[in-house]
Amino acid sequence: MMAQFSQFRLKGLVFLAIVVFALPLFISNPFHYGLATQIALIAGAVVGLNLLVGFAGQISLGHAGFFGIGAYFSAIMTSNYGWSAIPALVVGAIGVAIIAWTVGRPILRLKGHYLSMATLAVGFIIAIILNNERELTGGPDGMPMPAFDVFGWELSVFGQYSLFGMDISGDLAWYLFAGVILLAAVWLAQNLIDSPIGRALRSVHGSEVAASVVGVNTAKYKSLVFVISAVYASVMGALYGHFQGFITPSIASFDFSILLITMVVLGGMGSTIGVIIGAVVLELLPQVLADFQEMEMMLFGLILMLTMIFMPKGLLPTAANYLNKRRSKSAGGDA
Amino acid sequence: MFKDITRRASKFAAIAAAGLLAMNVQAAEPIRIGSFLAVTGPASFLGDPELKTLEMYVEKINEEGGVLGRQLELVHYDDAGNASKARNFASRLIRSDRVDIIVGGSTTGATMAAVPMVEQAGIPFISLAGAVVITDPVKKWVFKTPQTDRMAAERVLTDMKERGLTKVGLISGTGGFGSSGREQTLAAASAMGGIEIVADETYGGSDTDMTAQLTNIRGTDGVQTILNFGFGQGPAIVTRNYSQLGIELPFYQSHGVASDSFLELAGNSAEGLRLPASPLLVPDSLPADDPQKPVVEAYKTEYEARWNSKVSTFGAYAYDGLMLAVEAIEKAGSTDKAAVRDALESIQGHVGVTGTFNMSPEDHNGLEAESFRILEVQDGSWKLIN
Repeated sequence: MMAQFSQFRLKGLVFLAIVVFALPLFISNPFHYGLATQIALIAGAVVGLNLLVGFAGQISLGHAGFFGIGAYFSAIMTSNYGWSAIPALVVGAIGVAIIAWTVGRPILRLKGHYLSMATLAVGFIIAIILNNERELTGGPDGMPMPAFDVFGWELSVFGQYSLFGMDISGDLAWYLFAGVILLAAVWLAQNLIDSPIGRALRSVHGSEVAASVVGVNTAKYKSLVFVISAVYASVMGALYGHFQGFITPSIASFDFSILLITMVVLGGMGSTIGVIIGAVVLELLPQVLADFQEMEMMLFGLILMLTMIFMPKGLLPTAANYLNKRRSKSAGGDA
Repeated sequence: MFKDITRRASKFAAIAAAGLLAMNVQAAEPIRIGSFLAVTGPASFLGDPELKTLEMYVEKINEEGGVLGRQLELVHYDDAGNASKARNFASRLIRSDRVDIIVGGSTTGATMAAVPMVEQAGIPFISLAGAVVITDPVKKWVFKTPQTDRMAAERVLTDMKERGLTKVGLISGTGGFGSSGREQTLAAASAMGGIEIVADETYGGSDTDMTAQLTNIRGTDGVQTILNFGFGQGPAIVTRNYSQLGIELPFYQSHGVASDSFLELAGNSAEGLRLPASPLLVPDSLPADDPQKPVVEAYKTEYEARWNSKVSTFGAYAYDGLMLAVEAIEKAGSTDKAAVRDALESIQGHVGVTGTFNMSPEDHNGLEAESFRILEVQDGSWKLIN
């Protein structure tokens, strides 16, 4: 059973890699690359959030806050203090880990709605600070962010690069970079899920009481996964900011937290590839619906409602179930 | 992608059909004007009149034969005031829709998010947002139509000085508009000299009572006048509190509340306060020799007839943006982006609703602080002071 499970996981990663690297064969417009890059980075944050929601069964309504801290810390350090991107990203992530740990210990002793409310409050506080610390963050009007650089080598959407002798545009380079980051994020998450920590988390999800009876330190594991998912958000936030070149406090807003949670729920809680599909759908839909103008929000809401009514487990698990049923039916027919 | 293909195909079909129907008319491609505005969301009071204005005047220009014999086509997206969305849509307009010029960006955040992309692609961009950072420092491809908050601050402080009021108590909102206005007021006061900000209070966007801050200001030594920089319902509450406290000092508001709905919200308490505003609020009191009078009156009548709703200053920014774009394209004689940009930069004496634009390589806004008129509330309506 377990072997089957990890085999399925590996398949998921290979499948994702194929999709990521084959996509440039089908699109060539820099606008589409830009969109794909954004989706990949947000999907990375959603994969992290899914560890908390899908595996530990905890809800965070403040994840955009961590995403925002990651982005703003990197922006402030790189543009005002001349730091290089990587140290800024790492120190920002460590800072977020400390915040998440400090906040998580007391919060994760709470259960049910109290937990969601506490994370909601944390998210709000972060958004308010970003909005009001005008000298540091530029306030509601936002602040610019320099391109991502590694040891003096700069990755900018406007640059020109060569890879294995091929000339590639900055947009494509960013897309490939974001794709690799996403694959790394998924690989890490899957390893975590298959480790003892992952099993402990699933037991917490199943029944917290039962888990603690068999000796799982539920509070410890819950705060650990909370920290990990916050770090995911922080790293992706920093990269997202570098890619965008300009950030406003709206990336730390409650709306964005809700969007992240919706991606997890829509894609399928607990399915790493599923939540990525959730991110793709929710990021692409507004672009597709943009042509309907006033109807956009109504259609968006309608699609979400119908999906949740008819596919309550999320897109991928429902689809997988359906395929499995058909397969077993046809197998039964053969016998 | 598929949509792109169908769109292109349908455009091709439309052009082909037009060419067949009107053989004598050159089947010229339309001039594509791109726009991203905050039509929904918290900044929709900006984006909504802006979009209506653009739609209506693109229609009108097309009926009158278009620009350079070509029709205008408006490609519009709703960014909901969100910077990331604005960036995406700017990218889409430039790279996917391949527009010739962009007129849009209701909020400063949305505008600034699109700027790097616009600068890189080299496409003329006329922003409709207020803050001074958009055109200072000057960016090669970026222009804007509203006056900066710095000009509003200067205009108010100048009027105060003329009345002999030199000690100012400042109260501002903590939103984007209020905090930027506060910064610019402080900077303008120290740059102008002879006027001093003696009190500096702020309030949050959803506060419902500002008597504490106002009492503080009233208690400040030597304060002679009070200025409120803010947006939305905050300034209306400040105004009500002001009269409830019976403060006798002359009171100023910013251009952020220069609309008739503010008068309704503030009611009698607004009596006697002054603010800098667009002449659009007082078309009738403009002197007959004012060059802006015909433009302002025409825009007001046409907008109100077409949409059956009150005209707003924000819509006028879009009107000026579109007309500047049209003049630049006509001057350039083509839609060549560099030529249009150069033409835009050399526009002189363009009379708009907001003011008279004199662009230059050092000034991509082209307005003077004097384009703000000082209005006073008298008997529940606006009166032009100067």
